[in-house]
Amino acid sequence: MLILQGIIDGILIGGLYALMGAGLTLVFGVMEIINFAQGILVILGAFLSYSLVRATHIDPFVTILITIPAMFLLGYGVYYLLIARLKRDRVIMSLLVMFAVAQVIEGVLDIAYGGTLVQIHASYVDTSLRFGSINIPLVYLYAFILSAVLMGCIYVILYKTKFGRALRATTQNPAAAQLVGIDVHRVSAATLGIGVGLAAAGGMLYGMTASFNPASSYDLISRLLVIVILGGFGSVGGAMAAAIIMVVIEDVVAVTWSPVWGQTMFYLVLVAVLLFRQQGIFGKQIARAQ
Amino acid sequence: MKVRQRVERAIAPPVKRRWASVAGASLLTVSLLAAGGGASLAGASTKSAKGLSGEVKVGASVSLSGDFSATGVTTKQGYQAWADWQNAHGGILGKKVHMTFLSDGSSPTQVVTNYQKLITINHVTFVVGPYSTLLTKPSSVIANRYHKAMVEGIGGGPSVFAQGLTNVFDVSAAALAQMVSFAKWIPTAYKPQKVAFAAITTPFSDPMVTQVRKILKSKGFTVTTIDIYPLETTDFSPIAATIENSGAKIIVLGTQPPDGYALIQAFAQAHYTVTAIIEASGPDQGSSFVQAVGQTNTTGVMWPATWYPGAPGYAAKTLVSIMTKQFHIKKTTISANVAEAFSAGQVLAEAVNHIKTTTNKKLISYMHSKNAKFKSVQGNVCFTKLGMNPCAQPYVFQWQHGSQVAVLPATKPGVVKIMNPKPKWGTGTAG
Repeated sequence: MLILQGIIDGILIGGLYALMGAGLTLVFGVMEIINFAQGILVILGAFLSYSLVRATHIDPFVTILITIPAMFLLGYGVYYLLIARLKRDRVIMSLLVMFAVAQVIEGVLDIAYGGTLVQIHASYVDTSLRFGSINIPLVYLYAFILSAVLMGCIYVILYKTKFGRALRATTQNPAAAQLVGIDVHRVSAATLGIGVGLAAAGGMLYGMTASFNPASSYDLISRLLVIVILGGFGSVGGAMAAAIIMVVIEDVVAVTWSPVWGQTMFYLVLVAVLLFRQQGIFGKQIARAQ
Repeated sequence: MKVRQRVERAIAPPVKRRWASVAGASLLTVSLLAAGGGASLAGASTKSAKGLSGEVKVGASVSLSGDFSATGVTTKQGYQAWADWQNAHGGILGKKVHMTFLSDGSSPTQVVTNYQKLITINHVTFVVGPYSTLLTKPSSVIANRYHKAMVEGIGGGPSVFAQGLTNVFDVSAAALAQMVSFAKWIPTAYKPQKVAFAAITTPFSDPMVTQVRKILKSKGFTVTTIDIYPLETTDFSPIAATIENSGAKIIVLGTQPPDGYALIQAFAQAHYTVTAIIEASGPDQGSSFVQAVGQTNTTGVMWPATWYPGAPGYAAKTLVSIMTKQFHIKKTTISANVAEAFSAGQVLAEAVNHIKTTTNKKLISYMHSKNAKFKSVQGNVCFTKLGMNPCAQPYVFQWQHGSQVAVLPATKPGVVKIMNPKPKWGTGTAG
């Protein structure tokens, strides 16, 4: 039963990590940028939802109607203000730029909120469903459902819309996409916007399941990078599968053996997979035609 | 490659170089300021002190970012509050106390750099300790290298004293002593049964829990779960699930605030009824704890400390007054770290004012002498050869109806009746 509990917890929490990692992998797919700011953007999303709940007493899930568009604009703006202006060594420079963006956001959050740990509260945070000895916290269940819905939306955008075709074309070959009339900059800006918007939703969910402060981003980004690398950079589905696989393995090892080995196993699985598939489980051998 | 460069150039928007330079410089500047860690200096002059001439510089490294940022902030508040109080009471040797803070990002590497900088560049006369045993251990070595005393209140893990340094002085109760009164109380209230233990791998929390385990095992209690988890853990549900599965009703947790909050929330979500629960840290964080776990889930939760907002210690009322007026923190929600840092400052000042010199060598020698006894907001202070405080009286506190009260040892004045068994989660009433 303990193993089953570990599997259920792993799937539910894995869904949350998948949502947070989806933005990271999407941005890399289109722009070849490793968005080091994704961790702190998740925390920014959490703080925005936290503030809205405190100020208006609305349900935390409603706050994403405001925070997703707001953070979409932030991502869109960051692209045009910073990323698009990089002329040389764009991949390396953008990595540094996003690191600087992360530092700025962390500094602003430190000033605004201090280091005190906070958590987003709702009436159902302490409630859970009970099936025999299996316990399913409602907040994890809701988080998983929202993650699945948003991931579904991303799928629809990617595969059922004109913008999605443009985005996929840009992922495959930005130069060729430009030559056939796709506004690569607009697609890239929108992609960064979507990635940051997903961080807003992920942040709200993270803030309901754990206490957080600006420093919480460091533990997050390392886990998100592992998930995205394992799933294959650029693969949204891969991120989802990798997140669930990784967290299930971690939780099952933690409940059956030790939490220390649960954490270690998280990284051992990454090493093992990369020994045999450098492109990750779902990544393509050649990510992009140059 | 050339084709790609041409295409990239064609699709790149025009760049206004001057704007880019300004933006880049601004971004760099803001990011350096925002980083808050490493070399960024945060000098903090305290409130004006009438009648004081000259100043005594006291340096501290505080964790304003990273894993200990929540408690690092309260540590800094404690030192600031002490400096203000000390300046209002004649300063040190008639000179104004000037605190110099550096942020260490919770890094054992950065804390070493910070204390070196405080001593060799900022030329502070005295240093006081950082937050946690993890950071106190390396920083005390640096202080020792420069023959500085390190008076501290939040680094009482055995590994600090195991170094054999003679310049470390911990004004709080040592880690091993913190939960002893709880461990001794359990056999008086419960028959031998299963007890679940879990602790984060820090040099403070882990030994504290180990000590309780030893005592309870010797009294016939059974250890069902020993979960040790790393500092980086973000998902605490497997730990909570393992404890729930053990069926233990007495739970001893060596936590830091984030995991302390998360585990209580997990037990509350699962409606896992326990009769007694104690956490090393988390419940002591006042409003932060209440906000994180919810008011009704706080009732009955215990933690060890040497101070609480109603404690009768020296200048304790003044400390509460400073915290409520200057830092706008409610009395019932003041963190114990504030008092621990405040005490370190008090003891330092008392010692220096007694020897009437700022020479660290004489200070160290005096603090080790048999007749050196001090008063602090946490109670009496004296030191062993290794800098532990055997005069400290560690209490166990409990949240009762929204307030923090001392419940153990039961024979001490000011201690109220322990709430036993702990009420079900979510049924505690707001205070």
